[in-house]
Amino acid sequence: MPKISGSEAVIKCLINEGVEIIYGYPGGAIMPVYDELFKYQDKIYHVLTRHEQGATHAAQGFARISGKIGVAIATSGPGATNLVTGLADAQIDSTPMICITGQVSSKLLGSDAFQETDIIGISTPITKWNYQITKAAEIPKIFAKAFYIAKSGRPGPVLIDITKDAQFEFFDFSYNKINAIRSYDPVPQIDNNKIKEAAKLINQAKKPLIVWGQGVILGNAEKELIDLVEKTGIPAAWTILGASAIPTEHPLNVGMLGMHGNYAPNIKTNECDVLIAIGMRFDDRVTGDVTRYAKQAQIIHFEIDPAEVNKIIEVDIAILGNAKDTLKEVIKYIDTNSHKNWLKEFADLYEVEFNKVIDAEINPIKKGLTMGEVIKHINEFTKGNAAIVTDVGQHQMVACRYANFKNSKSNITSGGLGTMGFALPAALGAKMAAPNREVVAVIGDGGYQMTIQELGTVFQTKAAVKIVVLNNDFLGMVRQWQQLFFEKRYASTEMVNPDFVKIAEGYYIKAKKVNKRDELASAIEEMIKSKEPYFLEVVVEKEANVFPMIPTGSSVSEIRLS
Amino acid sequence: MSEKKIKYTVSIYTENSVGLLNRISAIFQKRHINIESFNSSITEIEDVQRWTILVNTSETKIKKIVGQINKQIEVIKSYYQTDEETIYQESCLFKIKSSLLFDDRKIQNIIKESNAIIVTVNSEFFVIEKSGRTYELDELYVKLSKYGILQYVRSARIAVTKAPLLISDILKKFKKK
Repeated sequence: MPKISGSEAVIKCLINEGVEIIYGYPGGAIMPVYDELFKYQDKIYHVLTRHEQGATHAAQGFARISGKIGVAIATSGPGATNLVTGLADAQIDSTPMICITGQVSSKLLGSDAFQETDIIGISTPITKWNYQITKAAEIPKIFAKAFYIAKSGRPGPVLIDITKDAQFEFFDFSYNKINAIRSYDPVPQIDNNKIKEAAKLINQAKKPLIVWGQGVILGNAEKELIDLVEKTGIPAAWTILGASAIPTEHPLNVGMLGMHGNYAPNIKTNECDVLIAIGMRFDDRVTGDVTRYAKQAQIIHFEIDPAEVNKIIEVDIAILGNAKDTLKEVIKYIDTNSHKNWLKEFADLYEVEFNKVIDAEINPIKKGLTMGEVIKHINEFTKGNAAIVTDVGQHQMVACRYANFKNSKSNITSGGLGTMGFALPAALGAKMAAPNREVVAVIGDGGYQMTIQELGTVFQTKAAVKIVVLNNDFLGMVRQWQQLFFEKRYASTEMVNPDFVKIAEGYYIKAKKVNKRDELASAIEEMIKSKEPYFLEVVVEKEANVFPMIPTGSSVSEIRLS
Repeated sequence: MSEKKIKYTVSIYTENSVGLLNRISAIFQKRHINIESFNSSITEIEDVQRWTILVNTSETKIKKIVGQINKQIEVIKSYYQTDEETIYQESCLFKIKSSLLFDDRKIQNIIKESNAIIVTVNSEFFVIEKSGRTYELDELYVKLSKYGILQYVRSARIAVTKAPLLISDILKKFKKK
C-alpha cells in the first residue's frame, strides 16, 4: 500500500470510526487536515461553525441526541483555546466528544511560535484523556485509543493535538479499532452479593424513592429502569440530565429533583426509607444541604464510576457497573409490589404545587406571557416528540419542568457546567444528528447573544432547527437571586436588546416576534410546521420568578413555593 | 472518616507517559492541596512507573483524591497509606565548611551518632548524606544548623507498603480482557 500523509490518515481514522459529520473552523496549523477534508467531502460533511466554541457545543448536541461521539476540529492557539468551554462542559456532563487541534511544528514547540499554545496543559483537567501527536505514525493508534476512551465506561471528551509536521509526514497507514487498554477499567465488575443485598432492601422498603440521572441514558438502560419502576411500583424522580429516560406522563414519574424541581420528590427525599440512586452523582443543585439530605434513608447507589461513590453522600450499598447490566440483575431478585398510599402522598403534594405554582405558570390569567405557557404550546404542537435544547437560566428550569418528553435523549442542556451559549449550536448539532426529529431550542435573551453568530451556521447548513428566545430583557436567573437575596439590587442584569427578528432575517431565517397571548399558540404552530429553520421571539414577563426553589444552603425539604 | 490532617503517602503505579504528571498534580491543585514531596521511579515491573507523593490532608479528602487518580486512563492503580502502614525513607545532603569539622569535634560526634555518611571532604567543604525517617533528618538538621550549613537539600520520600499491592495480578487481569 502506498504511504499516505498524516493529515489523510486523520480523515481515514475518522471514516474507520464511522464519523460522517464534524464541526470546526480552519486555520494555519490545521490546514493540511482541511485540505484532506476537501478531498474526502463526499465521506465526511464538515460544518463550518462561526466560532470554535460553537463547534464543540454542536458536537455535544450531536452526541447527546444520538449517543454517538461528536467530533470538533480547530486550529492551534486561539482556535484551541476557544474549545475550552465545550470541553469543560462535556467533561462535567459525561458527553463523548473528540476535539482535534492543529499545533505548530514539533521543532517549534515551546518557542512561543505564532499561534502556539499549550493546549495539552490547558485541557488536561477538563478532558478524560488528551495526547499530543508529533509523528504521523502515532495517528492510527492514538485515534483508535481516543474513540475507545471517549465512549467507553463513563464517557467524556478527548483532545488530540497534532503538530503540523506530523500532518505532512508520510507513513504506512493501517487502522485497528481497540477495545482494551491495560491500565483502564471502564466498567467495574458486578458484585452479585451487593445486588442481592440491594434487592432485599428494596423488597423490604415501605417508602422507597428512585432518583435517576443521565447514567441511565448513557448506559441505554431506559427499558431496565422502566421495568424496575413498574415491577416495584416505586415512584421515580430525575435530575435534569436524566430527564426523558422515562416518559414525562408515566404514572410513576414523579418529576424533577433539585433546586427548581418539583415539590413532592424534594420533600419526599427527606421522608423515604430507601433512596435508590441510579446513574446520578448527587450534584449540589440536586442535594441542597448535604448534611440534611436523606439522613433518614438507607441509600443504594447504582454507579459506573467508582470515584462517584461516597463522594458527596455516604451510601449504604454501592452497586458498581453499567446501569443496564446492574438493573437487569437486580430485577431478578425483586418482588412485584405497589406503593399506593406512598404514591398518593406524592399526588397530594403535586396538587399543592399545581395550585400554588404550576397552574399560574401554564394557564396564566395575568397580562404578561409566562415561560411555562410557551413550553405548554410547544408540547401541544410537537405532541411531546421534540427534543428540547436549552441554555442556562430561568428558561432552562421552566423548560425542564414543563416539557413533555415521550422519548429518551430528548432533553439536551448544559447541566453541570451551566454554560450560557450552549443551546443554539447544540440544537444545530442535534438536528443534524437526528434530521427526522423535531428539535426546538429554547433560549434566554442573555445566553442567545453569547453564541448568536451560529445563526450563520444554521443558515448555511439549512438545518431546520426551531429557535425560541424567551425575552425578558434580563439575565433572569441572576435577577431573581438579586431580588431574593440581594435586596433587588439589579447589578448588570438588565439588557438592552437588539431587534432579534431583524438579526434572524439578516441571516435569511424566517422570524416572528410575539408579545400577546392570543398570538402565541398560532405562532408556535407555524414554527413547528415550518420545514425550514425558524426563529420565534416571545416577549415574556420581565420580572417573573421560577418556583419552587431550594435556596442555597437549605435542605431539599425546605423547598419554597413562593 | 477522619477530617484530621495527617501525612499520607500516595503510591501510584502508572504507564510511562508524557503529561500524566500534569493530570495528577491538577487533581491536588483543584482541591488546594500542596504536594510536599514527589518521586518518580522505575519498579519491579518492566515499563511500569511508581510515583510516591507525600501530602498533608484528611482521610476524607485523600480517599476521594485517590479515587480521582485511579480514574485517569494511564494510572494502573493508586493507594494511600499512613506512615504506620509503610516503610519509608528520605535522604538529605548537607554541605558544610571544612574548617568546622576540625575546629569543633562535636560535629564529628554528631555525624557518627546519627549514622550519616561523609560523601566527600576537601579543603573548603565537606558533604554528608543521611537517610532515614523524616524526624531523624529533622533532628540532624537542627543539630547541624547551629554550626552553619552552606547548602541543605532533601529528597522526596520513597516508600514500600507493609501490605502487598498485587500490581502484577492487576496487570495480568488487564491482559486477559
